[in-house]
Amino acid sequence: MLTKTNEPVVQMRGIVKRFPGVVANARVDFDLQPGEIHTILGENGAGKTTLMKILYGLHAADEGEIRLRGKPVSFTSARDAIAQGMGMVHQHFMLVNPFSVADNIILGQPSSRKPLMDDPKLIHQRIRTLSEQYGLIVDPEVEVGKLSVGQQQRVEILKTLYRGAEILILDEPTAVLTPQEVADLLPILHRLTEEGKSIVFISHKLDEVLKVSERITVLRDGEVVGVTPASDVNKADLARMMVGRDVILKVAKEPAQPKEARLQLTDVWVDSDRGLPALRGLNIEVRAGEILGIAGVAGNGQSELEETIAGLRKVKSGQITICDHDTTRSTPRDVGRFGLAHVPSDRYKMGLLPDFSVAENMFLQRIGESPFTQRGVLDWKAIHQQAQGLINAFNVRGATVNTPAASLSGGNAQKMILARELDRKPQVLIAAQPTRGLDVSAIEYVHSQLVEQRDAGLAILLISTELDEILALSDRIAVMYEGEIMGIVDAADADIDDIGLMMTGSKPTNGQTRGTL
Amino acid sequence: MTQEQTEAINTGQTESRNRALWRALGPPVIGAVIGFVIGALLILMAGANVQEAYTAMLRGAFGGSRQITETVLKAAPLLLVGLGLTVAFRARVWNIGGEGQFFVGALIGAVIALNFPDWPRPLLLSIMLLGGVVGGMLWAMLAGVMKIKWGVSEIISTLMFNYIAILLVQYMARGPLQEPGGYLPQSAQFVPEARLPLLFDSRIHAGVILAVILVAVVYGLLWATPLGFRLRMVGSRSSVARYAGVSVEKSILFVMAFSGGLIGLAGIIEVSTQLTRLKGDISGGFGFAGILVALLGRMHPLGVAIASILFAALIIGSESMHVVSGLPNSLADAIQAVIVLSVLAVDALARRRQK
Repeated sequence: MLTKTNEPVVQMRGIVKRFPGVVANARVDFDLQPGEIHTILGENGAGKTTLMKILYGLHAADEGEIRLRGKPVSFTSARDAIAQGMGMVHQHFMLVNPFSVADNIILGQPSSRKPLMDDPKLIHQRIRTLSEQYGLIVDPEVEVGKLSVGQQQRVEILKTLYRGAEILILDEPTAVLTPQEVADLLPILHRLTEEGKSIVFISHKLDEVLKVSERITVLRDGEVVGVTPASDVNKADLARMMVGRDVILKVAKEPAQPKEARLQLTDVWVDSDRGLPALRGLNIEVRAGEILGIAGVAGNGQSELEETIAGLRKVKSGQITICDHDTTRSTPRDVGRFGLAHVPSDRYKMGLLPDFSVAENMFLQRIGESPFTQRGVLDWKAIHQQAQGLINAFNVRGATVNTPAASLSGGNAQKMILARELDRKPQVLIAAQPTRGLDVSAIEYVHSQLVEQRDAGLAILLISTELDEILALSDRIAVMYEGEIMGIVDAADADIDDIGLMMTGSKPTNGQTRGTL
Repeated sequence: MTQEQTEAINTGQTESRNRALWRALGPPVIGAVIGFVIGALLILMAGANVQEAYTAMLRGAFGGSRQITETVLKAAPLLLVGLGLTVAFRARVWNIGGEGQFFVGALIGAVIALNFPDWPRPLLLSIMLLGGVVGGMLWAMLAGVMKIKWGVSEIISTLMFNYIAILLVQYMARGPLQEPGGYLPQSAQFVPEARLPLLFDSRIHAGVILAVILVAVVYGLLWATPLGFRLRMVGSRSSVARYAGVSVEKSILFVMAFSGGLIGLAGIIEVSTQLTRLKGDISGGFGFAGILVALLGRMHPLGVAIASILFAALIIGSESMHVVSGLPNSLADAIQAVIVLSVLAVDALARRRQK
């Protein structure tokens, strides 16, 4: 880095951004050298995305200065930023699925022969040239909706290049990619910098950050903790900087002491929304003091299983019991009363109300009970008091009782949900995709909470498509494929290859507990 | 955290409070100004004096105690309808059937008034009001049941039920309930015992007080009871409400019943006080205008109270504009519509920008 003597292409000085109740950026400095990949690393809620939205003109900074190639700039919209050669690839793609790749790329671009569109052949030619130059191979004529996620991301990058971007901001580009697609993306980024582009890379995944970046700026709670060349640090250093303490990257747990069965599914058949069988004769049993992990590729009946137990989906045949109560036909309210708590896989469609306050979200199920309601009237003082207790106990950061849940980061939103569900003193917990989209320390927290609760005697059904998570937490592992349990193995002597095979539909040969055929 | 940061947070909060106030009041005020400017252009085009017309409008609505009384009397039914719809809209149930519920409430109340004129006044009045409430309630719940059982959109069903209710009342006023020997489509006049008492030696009636009390009741329901909490949950995201054990179906039925009940009450009050008899046309569009009042008031009881007064003032004021400055009635109506439309449009734009 020191060899590059050029002036930085981007200089941000003393950037301050406040949101109600939160300082998202507290005097942040940031430099980007030409031809550099500079990572902004930090946990969810550390202020990474806010900083980049300020640079890209989507937010206005409350204080501070931005210079582009030495000249002070102030963007009032992304349009200004694009005109100055910036391009941003958002975490959620901004693509129109029924349109072709080329249509998506020229969308919003002025045509040189108004009112007609530019000659499609010329456009296609330009896109192909760009594709080849940077190794971003996509067919400009194919419909975007038919592309894989990795290919769609290439279209997003091409879109910025087509508009002449020199500075690229990539907001968590690998979060949506498979490991293979990540491996494909990283060389492309190097190719881009070789061609003179400068890249801001946002991530919280340590491995790839170390692999791809030249320099790393670490943010914590809106402040810069440090700026370091990637070659000078290792994973543990970065994790410590990010979180502010040593991080345990492996879950510590003792062997389980399982007791009585708390949740039983016997030959359960359930239909999907489209009326096709989603669970076919499922048999599982979760005992007090153990974690049963459901492994499987996404879409093999996991969400139906979760909803069925929670009373949200109709059972066609079979039986479900929770703590010796038959809950086959029970409502969500009743299964809750019988001792079930539920951390749902879809946090935003089920788990929380974004426009409700954190305090309100803490007691969604129990709002009508004492002490939250006294003589038929909500006792806001008690609600806030109890909620504050849970915020403290579960260390929900960035939250006051009045903060709308929408403004919590993913990790803190999940802590809020976990706090709510565990505070109900459940007998059985369904934890579905409990760490999806969370960062290192939030994952660590959720995992340690689950193990702690198991040790305290809770029966936990863990549904996760992350095999690592299943292996790290479960005492027994049930592998699900097309709505059937292919086999149940003890985690202690689980063979990853066997599990992998069962996940793709093969039955185990050594004959453990089997699902109904 | 450094002191500097704490300060930063504190100023951030006061700033956001001022901003919240501006967000709430800014857009409607700007919208109203734009509306009045466009209205001025219309007045100019009609060849009248703008200042004179607007002065007439203001005086007509607020110029004296008689005018203020008129405005308040117009505001009361708008307020009742707006409050009812506020509860429904908060749960994201789009009851567009206020007009029909208003008519059915009036009809049931009138049948009681006409059939039991000898009952003691307190009994007669309370049974009449109750009849109005129950009438509006059941009429609205029909649409609620259809939504729950067969997934029929309440927007369509409530709208259709409007026509049925209006035609039913027109038939009753011309047929079974027509004044004996009369030839107008109206019933006999109610006995004095069937009219709500007047207050303060004015035309202000007990229904106005009832409407004001209901502002507090609706506020309390929505923000001080678990029931209101659950209704707001359903409105915020019904999938989350269902997950948390709330019966979305029961909530839909409840808000239909509640809104229909308040609107039916508005219907019988209007008939018992202003008209003193059932007529073929009793509403003047309260059921529809109430939708605007609920939206203009941002589905907040206090906002709805303010909106109902302003909306009533606009109606009364434009009538007097028509009378004083000789503008055609239709133009006065158009100006009224332009103003409401620009307030709603600017409000909607401002909200979209905030997102």
